[in-house]
Amino acid sequence: MKFLLIEDNADLANAICSRLKFDGHVVDHACKIRDAITYSEVGDYDLILLDIMLPDGDGRTFLKQHRAREKDTPVIVLTARSQVSDRISLLDLGADDYLTKPFDHAELQARCRAVLRRKTGTAQTVLRIGGVTFDPVAGRLAVGGETVNLRNRELRLLELLINAPGRIFPKQKLADSLFSYDEDVSENAIEVYIGRLRKHLENSSLKITTHRGLGYRLDHE
Amino acid sequence: MSDAFRVSGSLRNRLAITLIGGAALLAILLYFVARSYAAQIAQRGQDNIINASVTSILDAAILRDGAVEIDFPYASFAMLATASDDRIFYAIYQDDTVLSGYEDLPRLQMPPGKKAGFQTVAFRGAEMRLATASRVLIGADAKTRITVSIAQTQDALAGTLNLISRNVAIFGLGFFLLATLLSFWATSTTIGQLRRLALSVTRRGPQDLRPVSQPVPSEMAPLVSSLNRFMTRLDYSLQQSEDFIAEAAHRVRTPLATVRSHAEATLQRVSKEENRQALRAMVRAIDESSRAAGQLLDHAMITFRADHLERQNLDLVDLTKELVQRLSPVAEMKDVELRLDTEATVPISGDPILLQNALRNIIDNALKYAPSETAIHIRIRSKPRAQVEVRDQGQGFPADEIGTLASRFTRGANAKNIIGSGLGLTIARDVAVAHGGTLDLSNKPEGGACVIFSL
Repeated sequence: MKFLLIEDNADLANAICSRLKFDGHVVDHACKIRDAITYSEVGDYDLILLDIMLPDGDGRTFLKQHRAREKDTPVIVLTARSQVSDRISLLDLGADDYLTKPFDHAELQARCRAVLRRKTGTAQTVLRIGGVTFDPVAGRLAVGGETVNLRNRELRLLELLINAPGRIFPKQKLADSLFSYDEDVSENAIEVYIGRLRKHLENSSLKITTHRGLGYRLDHE
Repeated sequence: MSDAFRVSGSLRNRLAITLIGGAALLAILLYFVARSYAAQIAQRGQDNIINASVTSILDAAILRDGAVEIDFPYASFAMLATASDDRIFYAIYQDDTVLSGYEDLPRLQMPPGKKAGFQTVAFRGAEMRLATASRVLIGADAKTRITVSIAQTQDALAGTLNLISRNVAIFGLGFFLLATLLSFWATSTTIGQLRRLALSVTRRGPQDLRPVSQPVPSEMAPLVSSLNRFMTRLDYSLQQSEDFIAEAAHRVRTPLATVRSHAEATLQRVSKEENRQALRAMVRAIDESSRAAGQLLDHAMITFRADHLERQNLDLVDLTKELVQRLSPVAEMKDVELRLDTEATVPISGDPILLQNALRNIIDNALKYAPSETAIHIRIRSKPRAQVEVRDQGQGFPADEIGTLASRFTRGANAKNIIGSGLGLTIARDVAVAHGGTLDLSNKPEGGACVIFSL
């Protein structure tokens, strides 16, 4: 996915960018409203992450202009203000969702998915590989024409593996991606989810292999 | 708060008592002055008549061949006739011997050189007015002094005085009553100005801190101008603290967000277990502090708003649906299902911001404690009262702490591994109480905690 991040704090912006890039997304970063408008006019983004307090004005100004130009790119506002009234006014201005700083990256991803699902409804990045059709946004997996119901964590696990077939993912990385930091993660949980995914993929040519001491890998036979 | 000051009497009563007391004093004074003036005038009238009578007798006295001869004119006694049949006593003296009349009539010692005098004397059991005059008769070979005294009882005078007193008393009383009415009218118009000002301040909304602009009497101007200055200061300081809260949140949260994102990014690259542990602990501490900051600010806001709720007509179902939609990505992240079971509409009257905050805290709590791949049941009912029941399938509240969990900063013994500030249920309970409702915590027999938020 292609993100536009509008955030004036360079440290925070770097951290968010590096994290999003790590997950395989493309990110453009703007520090000011003026730059952000230029970016959003030129580029075509799947999602905009917008900070509220910016050096050349209020993020809401951008939001208003963005909506006035009838752009329907989903916008998630990153706000440090916690008052409920502030957040309600944001939604009224046309934001699709908001996150209060500091936020959990896993929650940011979950909100991105939820917003995209609401906006686009279905398929734009449908993956077809080895007899499997996978739509990460809608959360749909079809194996041999039959739709499989995936739980959210199974879905995210599959998304990670399927985007880089042949790459070995360490257990820890999988755990970091699947669980937020306030949960106590046991590595057994990963094994449970891997086991379930294997079951779902039984009738396809996709296979998850265990590499002792290294992690898991999705292979396409 | 409103009755903390002491009330020392009423301005209106004080004013009325002063005015009425003054009127009463004036009325009594008027009575005595008028009465004594009237008595003086009446006395002088009687004196003049008696004096005329005495003079007419004296005038009739002649000295013939050395003997005194008096032929009483008819008018001399007729003029003394009164309506109350006053009695008359007289005495005629030649030098110091009584010629005629009552010998025991008291004699007025006239100072030399004076020809007439008046005196009030007691005689035969009655007060009377005694007039005395003398004249020197000069004959062919002798010279003698004739003195005439006439005393008259004062019944008619007393009657006249009583009549005058009564009239003056009635007049004084009327004056007093009129003054009383006037003072009531005067006090209520004066105090009315104050009352109008008080009413206009009381009628204002809690957020209305504009200066008083209506015209006030000049005596009240210092009070109103200091009230206005006070309200301006209050408005300014409220504005400042609101700005401060927003600014503080921003200043605290942005660096926290930076640190958190860095820690998360580093966690991706670090593989040594002890470093990972340290980073995880760091992220948890950041979450803890930002959550505590957020909830403290929320709690401050709720305490501030609970004093004056901004009630609106709302639908509890819409409100909750919106929240559930908002929280569903978080639930999804944990593989927890949010199940909504509701009536079509549940109309309520309440403060939307407070209610959302309270319900968000309750559902947040359930989300934190619910094991993954379970469901949280949210049930909205309108009967017997509007209520939202949130039930999870976690381990429930610790049985021995269930009564104290809604107190400030109290967390259950089972909450060690879960981030929180211990304010969530306190906020929910405060909001329920501010709306006249309750927050009930219980454990379900089949397992799981149940929170009922009733309005």
